[in-house]
Amino acid sequence: MNLGTSAIIGGMLFVLAIFVGLFAPWLAHTDPVMGANLVNAEEPPSWIWWFGTDAQGRDIYSRVVHGARISLTVGIVSQLVNSVIGVTLGLTAGYWGGWWDDVVNGLTNVMLAIPSLIFALAIMAVLGPGLTSLLIALGLTNWSFTCRIARASTLSLKSQGYVQAARVLGYGDLRIMITQLLPNMIGPIIVIGTLGMGGAVLAEASLSFLGLGIRPPYPSWGSMLSEARDQITTAPWLSVFPGLAIFLTVLGLNLLGDGLRDVLDPQSRSRRT
Amino acid sequence: MLDPAVRPGDDVILSVKDLAVHFPLGGGLFGSGHRLLRAVDGVDLELKRGECLGLVGESGCGKSTVALSLLGLLTPTRGRIVLDGHVVTERRSVDRKRLARIAQMVFQDPYASLNPRQTVRRTLEDPLRLHGVTAQSEIDGRVAEMLRHVGLRPEQAGRYPHEFSGGQRQRIGIARALILNPKIVICDEPVSALDVSIRAQIINLLLELKESLGLSYIMISHDLGVVEHMSDRVAVMYLGRIVETGGWRDIFERPAHPYTQTLIAAIPDPLRRAPIATARGELPNPLDPPDGCAFSPRCRYAEAVCHREPGPSLETRPDGHAVRCWRADEIAGQLPS
Amino acid sequence: MTAAPLIEVEDLRIDLDDGAKHVAAVEGVSFRIDRGETFGLVGESGCGKSITALALIGLLRRPLSIGAGAIRFEGREIQGLSAAEQRALRGNRIAMIFQEPMTALNPVSPVGRQIAEMFVLHKGKSWREANQLAVEALANVRVPAPERRVKDYPHQLSGGMRQRVMIAIALACDPDLLIADEPTTALDVTVQAEIIELMRNLCAERGTAILMISHDLGLVANVCRRVGVMYAGRIVEERGSDDIFRAGAHPYTQGLVDSLPRLGSRAALGRSRLREIAGVVPAISDFPSGCRFNPRCAQATEICRTTVPETTWLGAGGLVRCHHHA
Repeated sequence: MNLGTSAIIGGMLFVLAIFVGLFAPWLAHTDPVMGANLVNAEEPPSWIWWFGTDAQGRDIYSRVVHGARISLTVGIVSQLVNSVIGVTLGLTAGYWGGWWDDVVNGLTNVMLAIPSLIFALAIMAVLGPGLTSLLIALGLTNWSFTCRIARASTLSLKSQGYVQAARVLGYGDLRIMITQLLPNMIGPIIVIGTLGMGGAVLAEASLSFLGLGIRPPYPSWGSMLSEARDQITTAPWLSVFPGLAIFLTVLGLNLLGDGLRDVLDPQSRSRRT
Repeated sequence: MLDPAVRPGDDVILSVKDLAVHFPLGGGLFGSGHRLLRAVDGVDLELKRGECLGLVGESGCGKSTVALSLLGLLTPTRGRIVLDGHVVTERRSVDRKRLARIAQMVFQDPYASLNPRQTVRRTLEDPLRLHGVTAQSEIDGRVAEMLRHVGLRPEQAGRYPHEFSGGQRQRIGIARALILNPKIVICDEPVSALDVSIRAQIINLLLELKESLGLSYIMISHDLGVVEHMSDRVAVMYLGRIVETGGWRDIFERPAHPYTQTLIAAIPDPLRRAPIATARGELPNPLDPPDGCAFSPRCRYAEAVCHREPGPSLETRPDGHAVRCWRADEIAGQLPS
Repeated sequence: MTAAPLIEVEDLRIDLDDGAKHVAAVEGVSFRIDRGETFGLVGESGCGKSITALALIGLLRRPLSIGAGAIRFEGREIQGLSAAEQRALRGNRIAMIFQEPMTALNPVSPVGRQIAEMFVLHKGKSWREANQLAVEALANVRVPAPERRVKDYPHQLSGGMRQRVMIAIALACDPDLLIADEPTTALDVTVQAEIIELMRNLCAERGTAILMISHDLGLVANVCRRVGVMYAGRIVEERGSDDIFRAGAHPYTQGLVDSLPRLGSRAALGRSRLREIAGVVPAISDFPSGCRFNPRCAQATEICRTTVPETTWLGAGGLVRCHHHA
């Protein structure tokens, strides 16, 4: 598949997910939490209940639509936190070098050595379940790749003539980092960020599945899977639809990331035209 | 801070005394046995207002390190640099912004020296804003004027570097160096990365700008033809030291140091049969410089004293021609044949 | 013109075809090099001089390909040869040295082995003999202490030493033609002088012809007896090297000679404004029609914009392609 089309397909899936999340109250048929009615319990998918209903008679379609809000919020916000931490550490470490570089390098290596999901689990265990602690736990544990990329880009960019020229013109360090270095490394950072967002959506699902993420009755895709665990044979639609939502969103983000890698790669722009 | 000895308005706009830049190179695990790279080791330079000083030498001779120290980008190990009356080398007084308004640099590679994500306008506007020019009309005016100065059209300001050819990019690089109205411009191999048929355009432009804007140049190059064409005075560096300095005629017509003679003889002259290799071997490892005069292992005039004693101090003759060589008086002026 | 020339290029066209566009990067290039002769190709980046050399040695790769014309080595067409025959020609009869010896040498193999390989590959020597010959080859290129240097890896040598090793590899099998593509551009001038001297002397001793490629007209004119000046994919002038400098016939050649400050010219003539060649070097995708130099030429007239100039023969085997040549 052409990487340009994969970026477009991925982007469309991601935009669709965001659209669903933004307009959830209008798209949903019933209230995802309060819309329980035992009369409709465990209905299979039909023209009335598109994705079926659960044991309490709540509309799965409405819950998946609302779940997009939480899953995407976690994915986007936690990855933004990761990117900011990673870029800040990597950029300053690469630019200043010295002991600060050693500290950041050490920290990055420690982070890479601990499985990030286990680390996030530990943080969640301390902070307790909930959206805020989920954002903190996922936002603090996945910046090491971004940091590595930012540091490596800084090391190769800082000897470029235009960075030297900026210093000669009297630019301060911060200004050089923001105006000269950051714009020239933003491509790979965005790619890593997009892929990381997919990872964060998955991590949210995993944590919620383990009961440490979003607590029921509020719907996130992961917590819905967790609740559906026991009925996977009797009412498979309970797990199929949130699972499909996760799958499509993460697939979209990965396709987008791969496609962007090609589009944003500075190597593919010719130096001379 | 002002140096009482040199007032602004004095004839000398840049003076360097005993500049040394040493880089410690990481040795053992515990910092033991680390070695010292003496990239620049005791360099004196003087640049007069309106003058072009050529700084020549082969790669690794320290000429770029000198340039970076002059611009305040490297902290010298010792020595004193005075730029237009301001002492640069006293650590607390280094004000990079003020320095930026005195001295600027034109870089070698017109492809790597422009930020690919910035339009020409931003490349020229940002420094002005940083240095306190706030009125948009003034900024626009100065950018347009500078583009005209370097032979570009003001309408081209909205474009990105990759839309320009190499020669045009170098014009943008020159515009950036001049936008703050500096007094001194350090040109680091400004034409060697350009296509041959483009070089004359840039050389002519640099010389015109020097006259019309009253600039002083330090011209760093390994191309002796360009240096001879542009320079008023020339300093020849070898292994971190200046081995000969003088007016351009002194250097090119009456070279006194064997290294200068070697450099000149090595230029292929199309109307002569061959470039002449008069120095054997290559630049010694600067980490392990030879005993005696640094050039002695390659020098065809070397005698016992040259291998034993470090080169003599730079003797300045009344005409301003200075040579660091034990046998300068015997071999002066004879070009190898 | 008695015997067949060593190598003869006739009306060579090299196509650049990257799917989207199809252009001729080199067009109508003809020249011949006799046995033991030195010939130079001079031009700026993108003029086609390096790919012409690659075509000669049979190393053109997609998106480049030979579109038309013939390359004859000792009268035999190179394109007609099988891949195995071409390989036997390369390295053995035609050798090449490149601008950056660091990238042309194998970084993980000792230099002695890389030289010995040539003897094993092309001369059928045993490794024992070949290693002995490698030491001799290094001594021939004036590498001090060759028996110790053969064990060195490329990164342990200086730029000048690496280029000597490249020359040793290239000349190992006594080739008939040495192609030198910007052999000294990465080196300092004093080292350049040594390498040039070495290359000239070794080739003169063995009767090896040289095709030297460079952007430095001064250097090429100095090394070679005849020089072809290339501009935008065509040879615009071919002369004896002294004639090129003293009395270039093509406006581009004259411009190149006049536009560079030459050592000693300021002392002789005073500092005058250098004569500029206006404009920019055209990109391969938009070579102008007619004479390709016409947008930058002060003497250009209507015919230059519409018609490709024919070859005009000058005295002493020289030629120029210009409607208004001097």
